[in-house]
Amino acid sequence: MEPIIQLRNLSKRYGTFKAVDELNLEVYRGEIFGLLGPNGAGKTTSILMMLGLTDPHSGTARVCGYDATKNPIAVKQKVGYMPDSVGFYNHMTALENLIYLGRLNNLDESTLKDRAEEVLNIVGLAGSMDKKAGIFSRGMKQRLGLADVLIKDPEVIILDEPTLGIDPAGVKEFLTLIKTLSQQQGLTVLLSSHHLHHVQQVCDRVGIFVGGKLLAQGDIASLSANLFGKEGAVTTIKTVHLIEQPWPLEAEMRQWGALTEIAISGDTLEFTTQHDITPRIVRHLVEKGYNILQVSRKEYGLDEIYQKYFESSFNENLNHGKSSGIFKRAFFGQHKR
Amino acid sequence: MENQAVSLSALSSGSTKDKKHTAPPQPNRAFGVIIRKEIADHIRSWRFLVLVALVLLTFVASLYVSVSNIRTTFTNTNDPDHAFMYLKLLTSTDNTMPPFHVLLSFLAPLLGISMGFDAINSEQNNGTLTRLLAQPIYRDNLLLAKFSGAILIVGMLFLSLTLLMIGGGLVLTGVRLEAQELIRIMGFVFVTLLYVAFYLSLSILLSIVFRQPATAALSALGLWLFFTVFYPIIVNLIIRAFLPDPAYLTQAQVMGYNEFILDILRIAPNQLYTDAATTLLMPSIRSLGPMSMEQMAGAIPSPLPVKESLMIVWPQLSGMIASSTGCFAIAYYLFMRREIRS
Repeated sequence: MEPIIQLRNLSKRYGTFKAVDELNLEVYRGEIFGLLGPNGAGKTTSILMMLGLTDPHSGTARVCGYDATKNPIAVKQKVGYMPDSVGFYNHMTALENLIYLGRLNNLDESTLKDRAEEVLNIVGLAGSMDKKAGIFSRGMKQRLGLADVLIKDPEVIILDEPTLGIDPAGVKEFLTLIKTLSQQQGLTVLLSSHHLHHVQQVCDRVGIFVGGKLLAQGDIASLSANLFGKEGAVTTIKTVHLIEQPWPLEAEMRQWGALTEIAISGDTLEFTTQHDITPRIVRHLVEKGYNILQVSRKEYGLDEIYQKYFESSFNENLNHGKSSGIFKRAFFGQHKR
Repeated sequence: MENQAVSLSALSSGSTKDKKHTAPPQPNRAFGVIIRKEIADHIRSWRFLVLVALVLLTFVASLYVSVSNIRTTFTNTNDPDHAFMYLKLLTSTDNTMPPFHVLLSFLAPLLGISMGFDAINSEQNNGTLTRLLAQPIYRDNLLLAKFSGAILIVGMLFLSLTLLMIGGGLVLTGVRLEAQELIRIMGFVFVTLLYVAFYLSLSILLSIVFRQPATAALSALGLWLFFTVFYPIIVNLIIRAFLPDPAYLTQAQVMGYNEFILDILRIAPNQLYTDAATTLLMPSIRSLGPMSMEQMAGAIPSPLPVKESLMIVWPQLSGMIASSTGCFAIAYYLFMRREIRS
């Protein structure tokens, strides 16, 4: 299948600082892709390059079959972009803001108002469409931003930090909305965030982006398999009584082969196994007359994945003395204002 | 999104079925849309009301002064221009306050600067610039729309003021308006607009360069002040240092130097504007440079035909058009490949 967003060796430098370094990324039609990385990783810069809002130093960004640098207008016709701090004309109402954007997108004037109201209804702003955008809260602005994106019937939606500054309940609603939209209209969504849990909730695939480089990409299961596969699964079992030391069953269970380690502390047993054999362990323990209170299997979520990648990239930075680059960037950031 | 069930059902019923709302492509529609919004914004803004009040005040005050002594100017046969009543309305004064066209040479830059100093940077600070440029519009359309929106408004303002003046004069005095006068007055409005256009494009340029609107406004005002006050002083100082003693020069050389000094002064747009405005409004002005006695000899102090006056101001007009276009070109260059970040 032809990817709808295709970045090839995309690089962007600010002075000597590499904001984006040889980025290769493919996003396919209909999927939700999460670009995950800490602040200053180059997420926004990559997104700007996909829309032709800034020029790459080298490499190409193709979106919907068009080169974003050479033909940004064609790309912008098919892509809806919500910037991280989206602003509106404060003296205009939400509806007026939306209609203005619709006109800029060359939408049919006769149905424009109905269309705008429909979109406001989708994002849940139907009740406040005649209020001035200036009095909107952060969450409402974020929704109006989504309405902006939807009114032009895009093929791809790019959301830059869409969950920033919304309360937890709002985040959940917002993400559900994005997921539903993507499923019902077959939209491709690319969203960037530094909030792993938000990304974990909705994204089909994630890319971990640190220091301008894409460290890993794939769905969460394969990412964790990549990272923690060698460590295997960990099962923790808590029993009613204290486990006697030395434990008589230990030698027997070690015969299974899958077990690599057994740690015993008080009433808790921790089994490290090559692959997941939790049911077998539990059955065995019950047969042997142990009263089990609690069984837990350690799963690797994005948190651990994130942590792991950041640790390694942080160590790398220390080793290669990249801190000087960070310093320069801070200086440049001030200079740019 | 309090009732999510409702909103999601609305979603599934709509938009998926009628997928394309887009009308057949009309390339320049976005340009018109932005201009319309810009004009609406300007008209509703307090800033514009203040400016209109200032211009109106100037207009009424100077018209009052000139109307109250129009009889003496009109019957003053020593003045070759005395028969042009409507031109006299704009230029005559009893020395209590400067005439309209001089006042306007101060107001026009103010108008241009205040309409443009926050054109781009305020959008950027509000985060609306990213939103705007994420739409399928050309960047130059945005710049051009900002410029034309403001100039259209100022043009309308000046045109209606002038027509008001002419109409009022017709009703009050009953003196017939000559075609020549109408052309001259319209020419004056056009020149004033060009002058506004220069400062407008300068301030739009500064609004791209500086991120803070206040900085842009201040530097535009600074440039204006430099051109009106300091530039002539500096030119005089420098020229005086280089100029040989006039006592040892032939008359032709003195004239040559004078011409040279004037040419340098004409780099300043306000000099161009004053030259052009006075020539258009005072038909008896025959040259903007120095004239020798031979040229003056035999000349009858009489008004020039419109065509001749226009010929005299043509270089001034081209100069002003060129400087506005220059500013606009730099603005365009800076803006086209710029990174748009909120």
